[in-house]
Amino acid sequence: MGVTLIEFSLDKRSGVATYMQIVQQVEQAMRLGRLTPGDRLPTAAEVVGRLAINPNTVLRAYRELESRGLVEPRPGLGTFVRRSLARPRDPALERRLAAWVRDAREAGLGPDDIRALVESALSGGLIGEATA
Amino acid sequence: MNALELAGAGLRYGRTWALRGCFASVPQGRVAALVGPNGAGKSSLMRLAVGLRRADEGEVRVFGEPPRGANLPRVAFVAQDKPLYPELTVAETIRAGAGLNPRFDTPGARKRLDDLGIPQRKRIRQLSGGQRAQVAITLAVAKRADLVVLDEPLANLDPLARHEVMEGLMAAVAERGLTVLLSSHVVAELAEVCDHLILVSQGRVQVAGDIEELVAAHRLLVGPAGGPPAGSYDVVGRSDTERQTTLLVRLRGPVHDPRWTARELSLEDLVLGYLRAPDAVLAPRPVAL
Repeated sequence: MGVTLIEFSLDKRSGVATYMQIVQQVEQAMRLGRLTPGDRLPTAAEVVGRLAINPNTVLRAYRELESRGLVEPRPGLGTFVRRSLARPRDPALERRLAAWVRDAREAGLGPDDIRALVESALSGGLIGEATA
Repeated sequence: MNALELAGAGLRYGRTWALRGCFASVPQGRVAALVGPNGAGKSSLMRLAVGLRRADEGEVRVFGEPPRGANLPRVAFVAQDKPLYPELTVAETIRAGAGLNPRFDTPGARKRLDDLGIPQRKRIRQLSGGQRAQVAITLAVAKRADLVVLDEPLANLDPLARHEVMEGLMAAVAERGLTVLLSSHVVAELAEVCDHLILVSQGRVQVAGDIEELVAAHRLLVGPAGGPPAGSYDVVGRSDTERQTTLLVRLRGPVHDPRWTARELSLEDLVLGYLRAPDAVLAPRPVAL
């Protein structure tokens, strides 16, 4: 057994099915570059030994990730990350976002306000957004 | 292959039937919740499953054979009071387990207890309730049983110990491909753990099946008082106020009536709904029988 690279956590009040929470957390870790091609996902036994959930839930999440082409099972070895979802880092972009978040906080916005603004901007709902 | 099958199984104590005409099956590799009110017949059903009693009617099969004789080593039972010898040390308990069970996995049992941080020099009576539960489950797993039946494994444990016992049990399921049948009357704590349901009430199996399929097949319909909505469904339960009617239904097809809203149910809601409607029975008879 190799080292455990990521651990899952569950939000029982989110209304999102448990297996889908695991799928989303793997995808998130891949996007952030915390999981890269060749990394082994924790085994079902490792996951349920921490979360006290049904092992079939973990296997279902891994099957879903496999059908999305993100991971592949290697019999007897485990389930491995197949590709990268991480984009090349853009320090300038990250600096501007950090500055913007700081401005938003100083303007008195809380995390939920900030998330709502970002969601709105993503869906094109902010006034003054460039359409060209 | 079904790990457990009840085909019209019944059990009586003297002239009183504790269970009658029970139909249920648990496929291999599943974690099945056995739920129901106290006195409904949960313990009797477990006694049948592990071969402590023979069915007085119908049949009980464990991996296709009756639970007796050469088939018995495939089944392990962890009773509610976790009956261990209080004066034995943990190490002596493991040795006793090895002496009593032909296929006993002593190194596996020792390793599991080490991983759980349970000191093997200690006497059983010096252990916490959670640790005693872990030792009892370790014995069941080390017996190399394929079906492990646990009667209220979480009763009398604090929240942390409950979580740890469940973690240990689920890890064993993942590693060994065990099938588990566990009883509880706290349905909420089973939702993440169990994928199969056997609901016992008034001495029979009222509902049995895959939890996800059961949840997907039921809806709570809320609409105006009076006539039920158009559509194809069976009504399990109903409550009425002057203005509003609420129906718990099992869908057979879509319900189309814009005045009604349909909501999915949690496992707990589903179980409560059936317990409030004792005449509604949903326990399909296995095709193979």
